[in-house]
Amino acid sequence: MGVIAVAGLTRITGWVFDVVSELQKRANPVKPPLLDILAPSSLAEALSLLSEHGDAARPLAGGQSLVPLLNFRLSRPDILVDLNRIANLAYIKDVGDQIAIGAMTRERAIEESDLVRQVSPLLQEATTQIAHLPIRSRGTIGGSLANADPAAEYPAVVLALECEIVVQSVRGERRIKAADFFEDILTTALAPDELLTEITVPKAPVGSGFAFVEIARRHGDYALAGVAAQITFANGAPTDVRLAVCGAGTTASRLTVAEEIIQRYGVGAEAIKAASDAAAASVDPMSDLHASADYRRRLAGVMTSQAVEKAAQRAGVRS
Amino acid sequence: MKAPRSVSLTVNGDALSGDASPRMLFSDFLRDVLGKTGTHVGCEHGVCGACTVIVDGVAVRSCLMFAVQAEGADVKTVEGLADGDELHPLQKLFSEHRALQCGYCTPGMLMIAIDLVNSSDSLSEQDIKVGMSAALCRCTGYEGIIKAVAAYAEQVHGKPIKRENDNG
Repeated sequence: MGVIAVAGLTRITGWVFDVVSELQKRANPVKPPLLDILAPSSLAEALSLLSEHGDAARPLAGGQSLVPLLNFRLSRPDILVDLNRIANLAYIKDVGDQIAIGAMTRERAIEESDLVRQVSPLLQEATTQIAHLPIRSRGTIGGSLANADPAAEYPAVVLALECEIVVQSVRGERRIKAADFFEDILTTALAPDELLTEITVPKAPVGSGFAFVEIARRHGDYALAGVAAQITFANGAPTDVRLAVCGAGTTASRLTVAEEIIQRYGVGAEAIKAASDAAAASVDPMSDLHASADYRRRLAGVMTSQAVEKAAQRAGVRS
Repeated sequence: MKAPRSVSLTVNGDALSGDASPRMLFSDFLRDVLGKTGTHVGCEHGVCGACTVIVDGVAVRSCLMFAVQAEGADVKTVEGLADGDELHPLQKLFSEHRALQCGYCTPGMLMIAIDLVNSSDSLSEQDIKVGMSAALCRCTGYEGIIKAVAAYAEQVHGKPIKRENDNG
């Protein structure tokens, strides 16, 4: 009798537990923290919302990094200011010797843009290596830069190309050089009330070659290390060398010593080897579950030599 | 302010609406509010691709969008592929090439493949491998999936795809 009673009780307890957890699930079938989403239709309205709510609000661009953080509850803003309903923040314009790209321009639009392919092939090639097509459908250039993931492609590209980043707030507009924009891991020069609105990208000079190379354990994962290169040549000699690395430190960074070596000694095998060694020596990567610091340092060197070789080949300087 | 609000959208050609609190993910809205359970939910942080649907013509992760962001959107889910009992050509090819086993990843695989093939007029086998790496399959493996998508690309583009062992 006792055994049957216990079995019956267990069964009833189990049933009650099931019903309670099902009700909880129905009442709260969501992953992100409790938050509100405000969707302004103009930039002015978005800026005044950011100004009003300060630290409690975060801008929501494509959401491809922010929403996972919310789903893990690693980010818990009270308010998201959704930028997706604002007209006129997504564009790619030819402005003389530069192109201007609106912050809400989808990565996919950049990848598919004929203008970008013609005047900034480095930006185009880097874009094709961001995550996967469905991520690039929503991910934006402004969101990627403001997120400042050290392993992301765009920060390295805008450093190499010396782009300017335009930010706005109710207090006015600032134009920040890429070199001054990235401060630390996931940390930029943006104030809480400021919104990144545009990136200006200088067109690739005549006689330049480019390459964006990266290595990841699986295609579409964040790079273990990647290098952006744009090298301008005159009569076979480098006149302007731009190299930037991602995935090998707390922010993307320029590889200035490697740049100087290529600038001075050209793109022969020995110079490339020296530049690659200098690149590896100059980075300060972190160890994580994907790769040790030593391995990332080595990869930064290998990616540097591959990027320089490819850029030189594309400029017609190396075969 | 955090109270549920009404979201109206088009799903597979039907005008639908339902209530969603601001934090409700679009994937949960499709399944739990609209009852469109063909869209599967896997990792819920954008990695596995099972929840991929087509929003305004492009494949997106429905777990990385909020339901309220889909207001006014034109959405296509796996339920919209077949015409009655007649499977979509890509679904037939998945069957012919044994591109599924348990089927959990299949809805996402199908939506990704449709966007991949339709947004291009020419794909190589490598392009298909790279494109389909946007979704994870943990049981049947990728051989059949690549073959089915390659066959679909050949149907849609009207020409053979470029294989890796082709020279030039």
